[in-house]
Amino acid sequence: MKKRLYVYLFMALLSLAALGGCTGGTGESSGDKSSVVVGIQQDIDSLDPHKATAAGTKEILFNIFEGLVKTDENGNLMKAVASDYTISEDGLVYTFTLRGNVKFHSGNEVTAEDVKYSLERASGLLDGTALISTLKTIQSVDIVDEHTVQVTVDSANTELIYSFTTAIIPAGSGEDAEGTPIGTGPFSFVSYKPQEGIVLAKNAQYWQEGLPYLEEVTFKIVNSPDTALLDLKGGSIDIYPYLTDSQANELKDSFQILAAPSNVVQALFLNNADETLKDVRVRQAICYAMDKAEANEFVTGGNSVPISSAMLPAMKDYYVDLNDTYGDTANIEKAKELLTEAGYPDGIELEITVPSNYEVHMQTAEVIAEQLKKAGINAAINPVEWNTWLEDCYNGRKYQSTICGITCDMTPGYLLNRFQTDSSKNFVNFANDEYDATYLKAQASLDLGEKAEHYKQLQQILCEDAGSAFIQVPPITIAMNKKLTGYKFYPIYVQDMSTVRWAE
Amino acid sequence: MMRKVKLPKIQKWNKYFTAGLIMTVIALLLAVVGLFWTPYGTTDMSAAERFHAPSLMHPFGTDNFGRDILSRVMKGMGTTIFISTLVVAGSGGAGILIGALTGYFGGILDEAIMRVTDAINGFPSILLALVVISVMGGGRQNLIISLAIVFTPSFVRIVRSEFIRLRDADYIMRARLMGVGRARILFIHILPNIFSTFWVSVMIGFNNAILAESGMSYLGVGVKPPDASLGNMLSDAQGYLMTAPWYALAPGLAIVWVVLGFSLLSEGIRRNG
Amino acid sequence: MKYLAKKIITLIMTLFLVSVAAFVAFQIIPGDVVTSILGTEATPEREEQLREELGLNDPPVKRYVSWVGDVLKGDLGVSYRYSKNMNEMMPVTELIGDKLPVTLWLAAIAVILIIVAAIPLGVFWAKSKSHAMDAFMGVFTQAAMAIPSFFLGIIVTYLFGIVFKVFAPGGYVSYQDNFPGFLGYLFFPALSVAIPKIAMTARFLRNSMLTEMKADYVRTAYSKGCSDRRVMYGHVLRNAMMPVITFLGMIIAEIVAGSIVVEQVFGLPGIGRLLISSISTRDFPVVEILILYITFVVIFVYFLVDILYRVIDPRISNR
Repeated sequence: MKKRLYVYLFMALLSLAALGGCTGGTGESSGDKSSVVVGIQQDIDSLDPHKATAAGTKEILFNIFEGLVKTDENGNLMKAVASDYTISEDGLVYTFTLRGNVKFHSGNEVTAEDVKYSLERASGLLDGTALISTLKTIQSVDIVDEHTVQVTVDSANTELIYSFTTAIIPAGSGEDAEGTPIGTGPFSFVSYKPQEGIVLAKNAQYWQEGLPYLEEVTFKIVNSPDTALLDLKGGSIDIYPYLTDSQANELKDSFQILAAPSNVVQALFLNNADETLKDVRVRQAICYAMDKAEANEFVTGGNSVPISSAMLPAMKDYYVDLNDTYGDTANIEKAKELLTEAGYPDGIELEITVPSNYEVHMQTAEVIAEQLKKAGINAAINPVEWNTWLEDCYNGRKYQSTICGITCDMTPGYLLNRFQTDSSKNFVNFANDEYDATYLKAQASLDLGEKAEHYKQLQQILCEDAGSAFIQVPPITIAMNKKLTGYKFYPIYVQDMSTVRWAE
Repeated sequence: MMRKVKLPKIQKWNKYFTAGLIMTVIALLLAVVGLFWTPYGTTDMSAAERFHAPSLMHPFGTDNFGRDILSRVMKGMGTTIFISTLVVAGSGGAGILIGALTGYFGGILDEAIMRVTDAINGFPSILLALVVISVMGGGRQNLIISLAIVFTPSFVRIVRSEFIRLRDADYIMRARLMGVGRARILFIHILPNIFSTFWVSVMIGFNNAILAESGMSYLGVGVKPPDASLGNMLSDAQGYLMTAPWYALAPGLAIVWVVLGFSLLSEGIRRNG
Repeated sequence: MKYLAKKIITLIMTLFLVSVAAFVAFQIIPGDVVTSILGTEATPEREEQLREELGLNDPPVKRYVSWVGDVLKGDLGVSYRYSKNMNEMMPVTELIGDKLPVTLWLAAIAVILIIVAAIPLGVFWAKSKSHAMDAFMGVFTQAAMAIPSFFLGIIVTYLFGIVFKVFAPGGYVSYQDNFPGFLGYLFFPALSVAIPKIAMTARFLRNSMLTEMKADYVRTAYSKGCSDRRVMYGHVLRNAMMPVITFLGMIIAEIVAGSIVVEQVFGLPGIGRLLISSISTRDFPVVEILILYITFVVIFVYFLVDILYRVIDPRISNR
């Protein structure tokens, strides 16, 4: 009697499994030609485009929202909601002409009112709190006519135009009770579920003819890179943009593997205020002892771009190649010599703090620590949780050295800004008067050629003074279903789905 | 009828004991040798030798940095056995003491301690570990303390329920009537009788401790890279499960080996006694 | 009745204890929700503004008291991190309410699997006369217990998902969209949860039964002429179930409280994963309620165990 009950129960469970096999196991989207599932790593931090700060959120919102201007795949600015703009001679007045036929997902046309509202909200003119700090410089936003908006700023800055990528949203929508995110982008918002993902649908009225191709895009949160691999193989995601080198190798037969440089500058950041590291010779010794080529090979399969200062090589007009300063491979003799000169003939102890949720940084740390040991720099790795890192290292500046990555936006000065002595973001405590003076000059100059020269000089100072030991720009490596085409890489961190489509 | 449940004959338990002993001795031997000598340096990297499959040169293969996995398993085994043993000994010992007292005597002490145990049970271990690190700093010692705290309640539960069950058993009643002292009843009369059930949870605890250790090193307590522990290696290997399955297999099987060896050994001892 | 009242008072006391502990923990650990939200984009002004907005500038005691006040009024607050829409944050009740069914169903299926497999296995093992079978079961269960859980999870995913293609890894469907598909997807995660627990429970039951078989009352029962069956099921199993129930209780509490590893490996949006991510993003309102919930579950399950004890062994209530 009892036995039979068990048999029934067991059968019931088995059939449950079979049920799952039929319904859940179809691999969802691979057969469907109008939708795509993209695996993402982090949950959304805000659906408000002005409040979102995480790179992992901005890369998605890029599909929903657009600014007056928009970054294209070469890192240049293209016109979006605005069809044209002019900047006054003195750099203080920006005049934007609206395109006129751009519609919000709600169906309403974008008006000058909406633009005024959006910019005032983001710059803090509306309620005193600037949501986007670079826009704080805005003094007033005036509607000239139906299609023209004039923005006045308090100081000239040639890089401010990049901040006009700030999302344009319908007037009043920041206070709207419904709270549906409404923008002008190629996709409209459908739904969001914490820990699961976000669903977007085609914006049929998108102003760029013929775009987008897909009817539906789902960004699905995949918590660990290991499960992402299984998800790809099982067919539940079509695109996964954050592959490690070994994952890429594993998937290369069944998926398209695409790679491009990211916008992350990875470095062994050195706390210049540290007792040992405040001696420039010690910092230089560390730079000499590192073998960037080997780290690149181990961690990213040779796909990274080695760097020696704080600028992305992708910013061609501003970048200067300084890799010869310390060399791509280790120079142990030179390192030891410098350490001896600095009074450490027996070497030094170095603690490298690493945010342990970043696999790339952890692995790099393991490799670098071994390299440094050869030069008598006894490096110990201290993995910490991300928030601990933020509090202690980044905000508190209580650390000796740390390996992490700094994400940059499209403004060339973004990375250099944080190495000014008084910058609130100067978490390495770099202090160099010449650097500060040059930065001010760079900021003040309105001539782009002159500005570029200043920037190059800044990179040189930072490199020679060994503000930190810069390592590389790691690649972004994506796996994509073989039948998909049209994926575009950007020099910033976005997943533009508007051009992605299923091949016939 | 009773023949059925008779203790197995001597040579039968001997097999468990022998098998367990051999496995444990091998594990301990590897671990001890690993302290002084390993075939290769445990942190020596080599770009040319990444992901080599097991061979004569590298019996367990190499990992993503070209490090010899056998050497790292040897080293890691020592670390892991050391940490897990201390954690289980600490939490198991505390569990026996607290469980015995609360289970046997009951009353207000029982209530108070059970409340605290419940509270620890509901409290996420990660949060606890974060608190321990920020108050006392990282490092092995604090890892062992935080894990021991986390593991204690489950032992208390088991021991307590066994003591509650046995304290009213006929032979205990009789012992009590005969005027046997409390301590003697607790530890001579009852304790040996709960070992068979207790032992199962010790083994589970041991296994969990190995894995918890790897989870904790993620937060910055415990074994830090490039040092090896079995749990650490296993979680690193996860990402290469399909390209380099041997990487996960070596520490994975080493864990199974250690835990299984200990369990068989204890089974042998138990069946003997 | 007095018993019940006592239990409720202790429950409340424990919950209070835990909530204070969690609050204190959040004061101690590095970083808060503001550092977590702003990350490397933090500027002192933006930080200050967010702290003000979230009410983090009030003194800790005041914040705790007002939080308790709100909870007592039934207002569990809103998450600091998860948005409901563009302008509002997700209410904690809605957030947890949405994730809870996933974990509960996972637990339910796993527990059914455990009971269905472990009890017959344990009884069969305890009764088995063959030494070979005994040895086999011994080694088999011990091996099953020795496999690390996430290793097992990945093996199950790999075998059933990639090799046999019985289910699509990561192909989780929400219970609101497709309930049968949801249950089907949960089967394999539940299996990975269940396998080691089946081995443990079977072992536990078998050991417990062997101990019971040696007891005096078994001899008495046999001498009274009770049948083998009656002795085994009526007496031995009944008594042997006592420690097993505690054990099962612990297992159930453990799974209902969130199977973190399995949720991670199989991509299930359950409360275990929610707890982990909320701790790492310092989402205090969510963590606090989840901890209270978990504590409540643990205590409640033990309470049920206690009652079961009394039913099985009436002597206990005479203490």
